[in-house]
Amino acid sequence: MELNARRSNNIVVLAPGGRIDHLNAEAFSKAVAPYVEACNKTGPCLLFDLSGLEYISSAGLRVLMLASKRAVPAGGRIGVAAPTPMVREILEISRFDLVFPVFDNVNVGLTAFSAPAK
Amino acid sequence: MRARFWGTRGSLPVALTAVQVRHKVAQSLLLAEGRRFKDQAEAEAFAATLPFTTAQTFGGSTSCVELELQAPGKEPHEYILCDLGSGVRAFGNSVLARHGPKTPNVFHIFMSHLHWDHIMGFPFFTPAYIPGNKLRIYGCHADMEAAFRRQQAPPSFPVDFDYLGADIEFVRLEPGHRYDIAGLRVTPKLQLHAGDSYGYRFEHRGQVLVYSTDSEHKLDSAEETESFVRFFFGADLVIFDAMYSLADAVSVKEDWGHSSNMVGVELCQLAGVRHLVLFHHEPVFNDVKIAGIEAETRRLEALTRQDAPKLSISAAYDGLEIDL
Repeated sequence: MELNARRSNNIVVLAPGGRIDHLNAEAFSKAVAPYVEACNKTGPCLLFDLSGLEYISSAGLRVLMLASKRAVPAGGRIGVAAPTPMVREILEISRFDLVFPVFDNVNVGLTAFSAPAK
Repeated sequence: MRARFWGTRGSLPVALTAVQVRHKVAQSLLLAEGRRFKDQAEAEAFAATLPFTTAQTFGGSTSCVELELQAPGKEPHEYILCDLGSGVRAFGNSVLARHGPKTPNVFHIFMSHLHWDHIMGFPFFTPAYIPGNKLRIYGCHADMEAAFRRQQAPPSFPVDFDYLGADIEFVRLEPGHRYDIAGLRVTPKLQLHAGDSYGYRFEHRGQVLVYSTDSEHKLDSAEETESFVRFFFGADLVIFDAMYSLADAVSVKEDWGHSSNMVGVELCQLAGVRHLVLFHHEPVFNDVKIAGIEAETRRLEALTRQDAPKLSISAAYDGLEIDL
């Protein structure tokens, strides 16, 4: 599992690649922790670019859930973008598509997060 | 080995409402398209061709699963059960219908835990009232007998536990130990649930069935995942608590002690299981909802199978029988 990070104005785009499963979910959790910590009312929004993610297991989705549970009450905004067809189906079957916004591509996510929160 | 499901619903028994039955009848009439049937048998044959959610129901009794090593006849038989939810009432009645009241039978009963939905059928289990029958109730909880006595004590029930005529013995098991009981190799495993629950791995002549209900998987430890992979390893059938969606199980219903279809698929794929049965259905879910979860789970399995053999997926219903 790789994790690339880039900044676009007040949005941090995190792009995990490869597979996230029960064996590397903890490493994924540690890798995203600083960005989740900073995602609050005044800090940058967090957008996960899933275009390079081949598979995510329940343990990986739990990391995203914990990120959302920590950042959103602090005033932060979290979303995912550009899931592959397979990962999109996993998000739907697990009902994670109801947990945070799923954007069709990164640009749509960046535009949405550039607008003031409703 | 055969698994027969007498109760599959989680937490609370449910029944179809009048409106729900009428809806199914209306759907059936539409699908019949004016067809005429000469008798009940012909109509039944047509009904068997209809979608499950139209002509049948997943049912509403709480947890009770029978393991059958050989088909019973009229002579005395040793029955094997998991849990004593409300489904055990119908099981007991079927035993009496087969043998009559005077045949002494033995019932080996493995308890996952002592929450109400898993013991509530016992006061209505008629064979427990009949002298000559033997009940061996196995479990890992120290307070098994107290739990059974309490639910039949005043003011909760009119017939005290001491009036039960059968020979009843509670047998304490230790998780992680192997036991030879009723022709089965049995291994209990501690599971995460309020007050603890225990899964059972049953082995018989090379066949393996795992009963794992009321079990939450925290997903924060690879070791915990691996321990369940070992517990499920190579099983022909895993009966799995899939009460919630994954999103619910790790958020609003975290620490409620239940799991999801997605975790069931993952564990069974890692363990090389042949058949996963979704069990302990959420009581607010109707037939269409459960059938939808079953279809989505099959889709998830196909999406994530890679090069592994196919994992069969079923949603349990009251009356389902599966031969291993």
